[in-house]
Amino acid sequence: MSDAKSLDVKDGIERETVDAVRGLEADKYKYGFTTAVEQEFAPKGLNADTVRYISQKKGEPDWMLEWRLGAFERWLTMQEPDWAMVKYPPIDYQDAHYYAAPKEKAKVKSLDEIDPEILETYKKLGIPLREQEVLLGVEGAPKVAVDAVFDSVSVVTTFKDELAKAGVIFCSMSEAIREHPELVRKYLGSVVPVSDNFFATLNSAVFSDGSFVYVPPGVRCPMELSTYFRMNASGTGQFERTLIIVDKGGYVSYLEGCTAPMRDENQLHAAVVELVALEDAEIKYSTVQNWWPGDAEGRGGIYNFVTKRGDCRGARAKISWTQVETGSAVTWKYPSCILRGDDSVGEFYSIAVTNGRQQADTGTKMIHLGRNTRSRIISKGIAAGRSQNTYRGLVSAHAKATNARNFTQCDSLLIGAKCGAHTVPYVEAKTPSATFEHEATTTRLSDDQIFYLRQRGIPEEEAVALLVNGFVREVLQHLPMEFAVEAQKLVAVSLEGSVG
Amino acid sequence: MLKIENLHARVEDAEILHGVDLVVPAGEVHAIMGPNGAGKSTLSYVLAGRDGYEATQGCALLDGEDLLGLEPESRAAKGVFLSFQYPVEIPGVPTLTFLRLALNAQRKARGEAEVSSPEFLKLVRAKAAALKIDPDMLKRPVNVGFSGGEKKRLETLQMMVLEPRFAILDETDSGLDIDALRIVSEGVNALRAADRSMLVITHYQRLLDYIRPDRVHVLVDGRIVDSGGPELAHELEARGYDRYGKAA
Repeated sequence: MSDAKSLDVKDGIERETVDAVRGLEADKYKYGFTTAVEQEFAPKGLNADTVRYISQKKGEPDWMLEWRLGAFERWLTMQEPDWAMVKYPPIDYQDAHYYAAPKEKAKVKSLDEIDPEILETYKKLGIPLREQEVLLGVEGAPKVAVDAVFDSVSVVTTFKDELAKAGVIFCSMSEAIREHPELVRKYLGSVVPVSDNFFATLNSAVFSDGSFVYVPPGVRCPMELSTYFRMNASGTGQFERTLIIVDKGGYVSYLEGCTAPMRDENQLHAAVVELVALEDAEIKYSTVQNWWPGDAEGRGGIYNFVTKRGDCRGARAKISWTQVETGSAVTWKYPSCILRGDDSVGEFYSIAVTNGRQQADTGTKMIHLGRNTRSRIISKGIAAGRSQNTYRGLVSAHAKATNARNFTQCDSLLIGAKCGAHTVPYVEAKTPSATFEHEATTTRLSDDQIFYLRQRGIPEEEAVALLVNGFVREVLQHLPMEFAVEAQKLVAVSLEGSVG
Repeated sequence: MLKIENLHARVEDAEILHGVDLVVPAGEVHAIMGPNGAGKSTLSYVLAGRDGYEATQGCALLDGEDLLGLEPESRAAKGVFLSFQYPVEIPGVPTLTFLRLALNAQRKARGEAEVSSPEFLKLVRAKAAALKIDPDMLKRPVNVGFSGGEKKRLETLQMMVLEPRFAILDETDSGLDIDALRIVSEGVNALRAADRSMLVITHYQRLLDYIRPDRVHVLVDGRIVDSGGPELAHELEARGYDRYGKAA
């Protein structure tokens, strides 16, 4: 009967996809709503005082403030990058709030104390915090810890106790700065240096909050860790900062999913994620990103300028990035691996969907420094409407990276005649023993395939969803099951109305 | 039963069918033979409703209802099945998933209950065994990396699972070796039924040794120019289409 079960699951996904597409007709972007919660803003504009305001609001120690101010000084000397294949009007960095927090009543001990409006928001998003607690009591039910981020401040953290028993630290970055300064000082900025790039430096100066994870040596984190980000304040830039450290022989799987309410103006998002995997440690980092992409004419939408990087700092460490990028007006994102330890492994599995006037320039960097390091890149880009979808990837091997191996596969699917798909691979090998393979294909959604499916009775919309899901299946398989379902829905939903 | 009257159809600017008349009564298997470019595949695409194959005059009635205004998926739900000459590859979509989706889409369109997983698997396994299809093949993506023979066997399996009222077999024998031809033909013959009619399109008489038609029609230059019993196929094999005024 195991066959029947797996078939049910698969069909369940297909059906969910189709239902999601259908449901969308009435409600084009169902996550496009706002919640009336009292908010506290930093004054508009960006200067050293803004940085001090943020640090003070968060009750940070002096060393953190100094770190931020150093980053800010550096940022003032830097230029916004212009090499990506994306176009957007100039951003006025002085015309935004750099901090917004829901007004707190008091410290919360349970979900009951959380603002019902916030809980309602999560309900609309389909994030059943309460249900998850119930699920915890059910034997064999998947356990997912949620560190929910409402705008910039963590308001709910569940399952902390269970994680604490395992010795895993999972908390907001603010809390980590207060409670675990030795870990934060040691690792923050050690993968993405303060001066790394324009957006990462900006983030270092003004980051609001984010998640912190530490997994001690030899510990397998007992549950998937999940964070839902959500922007909810008009004109508020969001600067998440995430730091995950897995000590020798440890393992963690971290999920990140995002939606944002519909807005008329552009919103800047410049997150930084740093991963550190020590000897024999493994980190799986999965993202489903569905921020508002702007309207059909290209008005509004999120600017998603993200720096994500993992460091395989010890021998045999492994870091695996899986991303499903369907949202945002402009995406600039290259989750990367530094393969420092000998025999370390880096992986990047990506689905990037663009429709309407969306622009995505995304890919990865695999930097081979250690001996016998291996990396694998599977990228699936889908472009529809008048969108532009670019894969940009770097694979490099240092002189000492003997026997480095990379396999890269970049597939692009075009839907319609007005979109573009581009593949820009950079390859550098400074050792003759490196083996790098690159395969790339570009195909158009074929009339033959659609007709074949329709002739068998499958309506056009479902046929397109089925074909697209087939195209991305190889990557979806790398997502945890509950995320795969959501991701499959998102892919279909994002392409709604792109055929016919 | 299927009744085609004065069917004219064009592809882009060229008229390919110039008034086809054809009746296939329920329970019967008819063959359409003809030289290359006669319009055989056009006829099958027009009946199935492919975009770009436009019927400009006439009608095609299935059980009295004109198919020509319907979407391809609606025609399928009403029982039209086309076995493709060149079955299409669907990467990343397991054959079982596709088959079940198709069956349930048709059942749903007809207002019937969907088939559950265990029921479906039982059904498919039994029919696959009859066609000597390895169950592992059904876990692979639709037609991807299948041999010519495997593709045609899968077409036949789909027909067995979907149980159409009216099936068109477009050059089913192309790409088949003699063993595969026998297996596929046995599958098709097993589907012959009093409430089902079939139209077998073929270039060669060979297939008709295995699937014996009740009637044979000759399509030349977009018109049915001759009709007869099964013996007509043998005559065509021996004498070609020259006598109809068109070189083969």
